Amino acid sequence: MTAALQTFGLSKHFGGITATDNVSFTLETGARHALIGPNGAGKTTLVNLLSGVLAPSAGRVVLMGHDLTGLNPEARVKLGLARTFQINQLCASMTTLEMIALVVAERLGLGARLFQALDRQDAVIRETADIVARFRLEDILDETIATLPYGKQRQIEIAAAFAAKPRVLLLDEPAAGVPEAERQELLNTVAALPADVSVLLIEHDMDIVFRFATRITVLVNGKVLADGPPQAVASDPRVKEAYLGEAIHG
Amino acid sequence: MLTLLFDGIAYGMVLFVLASGLSVTLGLMNFVNLAHGAFAMAGGYAAVILMQRFGVPFLWTLPMAFVLSAAMGLLLERLLYRPMYAKSHLDQVLFSIGLVFMAVAATDYLMGSTQQIIRLPTWLQGRFDVLGVSVGRYRLFVILLCGLLALALQWGFVRTRFGSRLRAAVDDARVARGLGIPVNALFAFTFAMGSGLAGLGGALGVELLGLDPTFPLKFMISFLVVVTVGGTSTITGPFLAAMLLGIADVTGKYFVPQIGAFIIYAVMVVVLLIRPEGLFARSRT
Amino acid sequence: MSDANTALQDRIRTSLSATRRWHPAEFVFWALAFAAFFLFPRQLLILNEIAIIALFAISLDLILGYAGIVSLGHAAFLGAGAYAAGLFAIHVTGDPLLGLAAAIAISAALGLVTSPLVLKGNDLTRLMVTLGIALLLHELANSMGRITGGADGLQGVVMKPLLGRFEFDLFGKTAYLYSLTVLLVLFVVARRIVHSPFGLSLKAIRDNRLRAAASGVPPARRLAAVYTLAGAYAGAAGALLAQTTQFVSLDVLAFHRSADVMLVLIIGGTGYLYGGIIGAIGFKFLQDWLSALTPQYWQFWIGLVLVVFVLGGREIIHGGIKGLLRRVPFGRSRTKEGAQP
Repeated sequence: MTAALQTFGLSKHFGGITATDNVSFTLETGARHALIGPNGAGKTTLVNLLSGVLAPSAGRVVLMGHDLTGLNPEARVKLGLARTFQINQLCASMTTLEMIALVVAERLGLGARLFQALDRQDAVIRETADIVARFRLEDILDETIATLPYGKQRQIEIAAAFAAKPRVLLLDEPAAGVPEAERQELLNTVAALPADVSVLLIEHDMDIVFRFATRITVLVNGKVLADGPPQAVASDPRVKEAYLGEAIHG
Repeated sequence: MLTLLFDGIAYGMVLFVLASGLSVTLGLMNFVNLAHGAFAMAGGYAAVILMQRFGVPFLWTLPMAFVLSAAMGLLLERLLYRPMYAKSHLDQVLFSIGLVFMAVAATDYLMGSTQQIIRLPTWLQGRFDVLGVSVGRYRLFVILLCGLLALALQWGFVRTRFGSRLRAAVDDARVARGLGIPVNALFAFTFAMGSGLAGLGGALGVELLGLDPTFPLKFMISFLVVVTVGGTSTITGPFLAAMLLGIADVTGKYFVPQIGAFIIYAVMVVVLLIRPEGLFARSRT
Repeated sequence: MSDANTALQDRIRTSLSATRRWHPAEFVFWALAFAAFFLFPRQLLILNEIAIIALFAISLDLILGYAGIVSLGHAAFLGAGAYAAGLFAIHVTGDPLLGLAAAIAISAALGLVTSPLVLKGNDLTRLMVTLGIALLLHELANSMGRITGGADGLQGVVMKPLLGRFEFDLFGKTAYLYSLTVLLVLFVVARRIVHSPFGLSLKAIRDNRLRAAASGVPPARRLAAVYTLAGAYAGAAGALLAQTTQFVSLDVLAFHRSADVMLVLIIGGTGYLYGGIIGAIGFKFLQDWLSALTPQYWQFWIGLVLVVFVLGGREIIHGGIKGLLRRVPFGRSRTKEGAQP
C-alpha cells in the first residue's frame, strides 16, 4: 500500500532554533493518525511544512508518490492535500456559501473564469450542496462568516478543507477554542469523514486522540519520539517522561 | 569631484536629520506619516520669519525651529494622530496626505508661493580651500552639526534607558506596556522629537534644499526613500541611506541633468524589490 | 433525500445569483445618465469629466476594493493611457476607437509588467513602490519633452470623427456620449468579472491570503491578472481624457491625481463598483463648489475633507448609504458588508 503522505528527514531551522528535527514519518492510506506532543514541540511547524506554508531547511515531503519540494500551498491542494488551521483562517466578509463555493469552484478548475456566473455552474452547485448537507451548514448558509460563533466557524473551516476533495487531510487542533457545547458536533463531523481520506490529526486533548486515532506519533522538540498504535505509545516510558517532565517544568 | 562628494554628504546629512523622525515614528508607532515634511516646512518658515521679521540671529533660529515644530508635533499627536494609530496603513496615508494638502495650501495663503531665502551670517558664507578641495563653509557647518546630532541620536537610542525603552516599544508595544513602560507618553514624546528634528532640518535645509509651500510634496519621496531603504529599526540604517541618496542625487544631477530625480525613484523601486524591509534593516525572521 | 437536496441546490443557486442580477435601480441610473445628455446640454463637458473620473475610480476599486492592493501611484496608468492615445492620434491615426484600443493595450502591458513589483512585500512596500513607479513615469514624461511635449503638454492631438460620423465638438456632445458609452461597456464587463469565480477568488485573497492559497487559489497569478485589468481600465480613462480634450498635460501623471482618485473612492465607497461613479459625482461637485469659493486654495478644503472622512466621517456617510440601500426591496443587499479595505 503506497503511503498517502511521507516525509524524509524533514528539518526546519529558524536562525539558531531547530523547530523540526529530521522528521521521517509515514501517513498510511485511510489512516486515522494523531500527532501529539507538548507545547512548542513543533506540531504546527510540521503541518506548515507539509502544506507548503513553510519551506523546509532539509528533507522532502512526498504525497502519494509526488515530491512536493518547491510547491506552494495552492499547488499542493490541487494534488490532493488540504489542511485546517489552528486558529480559524476564513474569509470574514464572505458568507458560508461563498466560502464553500469558492473551494469547489477552484477544485473544478473554474477559479480563473472571468465571465461565467457561479450560479450557472451546475457542478459547483451540486457539490456545494453535498458539502453543505454533510456538514449541516444549511442554517448559516447566507450568514457572513464574521458574524458566526467560533464553533460554527470551526465547522466551516473543516468543511472548506473537505470541499477540496483531498486525499490527505491535516487537521490542526480542530477542537481548539470550541466551546464545550459545540465540541461534540465537531468531533462527530471528524469521525464521519470518509474512509478513503487519510487524516492526520493534531490534538492536545487525549480523549479525542484515543477515541479517534489508530496510530499516534509523538513529537518532542521537533523530533519524533515515538510512533505506533495508541496502546504502545501510551505505555512508552519515554512518552510519559516527556509529558510528565513538561508538567513539572511547564 | 571631491567637492561633489562633499556637497552630497552635506545634502545627505540634512536629509538624515529630516528623515530620522519619520524613521522612528514609522518604526515605533507603525504609522505612515506622509505629512512629516510639513513639520520640516514649518521649521524652515519659522527660521525665515524669525530672521527676517524679528532679526533673530541665524544660529538661534535653529533651536527655536526645533522647539516650534516639536510643540506642533506634540499638539497634533494628541489631537489628530492618536485616533489614527489603530487604522490601516492606507487610512493613515490618506489622512496624512490630507494634512499635507492643508499645510501646503495654508502656507501658500499665509506666506505666498515664492522661494524663501535665508541670509546666512558672514562667517558661514563662502568657500575655502582644503587640500585643493573647495569646501563650502555652510556645508561644512551642516555636516558637523548633523554629524553631532546623528551621534547623539545613536547614543540616545542605543545606550540610554530611554533608548532601550523605545526599542522595546518598537519591538512589541503590548509587551512593553505590560512591563510598565508608559507607551502613550513615549509615543507622544518621540513624535514631538521627530517633528522637532524635522523642523530643525527644515531650517538647516533652506539654504541647501530651498523652501516654498510645495516643500512637503517635493521632498516627501526623498524622506520615504531614506526610511524604506534605511529601515526603521536602527539609526545607522537611515543615516547610511541618506548619505547614499544625497551623494547619488548631487552627482546624478551634475553628470546627467536630464535624468535627475529618475535615479532616486528607480533605486527605491529596485531596493524595495530586493529587500522589502530596507537595505540596512535588521532582518526580522 | 433528493427532494431536500434539490431544494438545497435551488436555494444555493438563488443565493449565488442574488447580487449578480441587475437591480431595477441600476437600469434607472444608467437611463438617467444617458438622459443627462438631453437634460443638461450645457454641462456636457463637466459630465464628460465625471464619466472619466468614474472610470478611473472603478479601475482603482478593482484593485483596492476587490483585491485589497493599496496603490499610491494609480495615476501611472491614467498617464500611460493618455499619452498612448495622444501619441497614437498624432503619429498613427486620429480614429478614436483605434486609439482607445491602443491605449488599453499599452496600459494593460504596463500593469502586467509592474504587477510583480506590487505583489512583493507588505502594504507599506506597495505604497512606496506604486508611488515610485508613478513618479518615475512623471519624470520620464517630463524629460522626454521632444516626444511628450514635457511640461507644456502634448499638443496637436486631433481626433477624427467617432465612427466616421460624430465630430468632437466644443460643447462635448460627442465627448460625453462617447465617454459614457465606454464607461457603460467597461462597467458591465467589470460587473460580470467581479461576480464570477475569479471575482470570488479575489475577495478571498483580499480577506485572507492564507485561506485563499489553502483553498487552491494561486494568489500571485490572480492578483497579477486583476492588476493588469485595472491598468487597462485606467488607461482607457486616460485615453478618453486625451481624446475628448485633445490635449495631454503632464499633470495627468501628478501625485494629486492618485490622491484625488482615492478621495473619490472614499466618498463613494469601495467594493461595489458604483462607489467609483457616486464618488466621481460627489468629488466633482465638491471640487467645483470649493474652487468657486476659493479659486486658489481649494486644495486646502480637499485635504480637510480627506482628513475628516478618514477620521470617521467615512463610516457616517457609508452607514447612511447602506441604510438607504437596505430600504429598497430588492432582496438581500450585500453590496457593502465588509467592503472597506
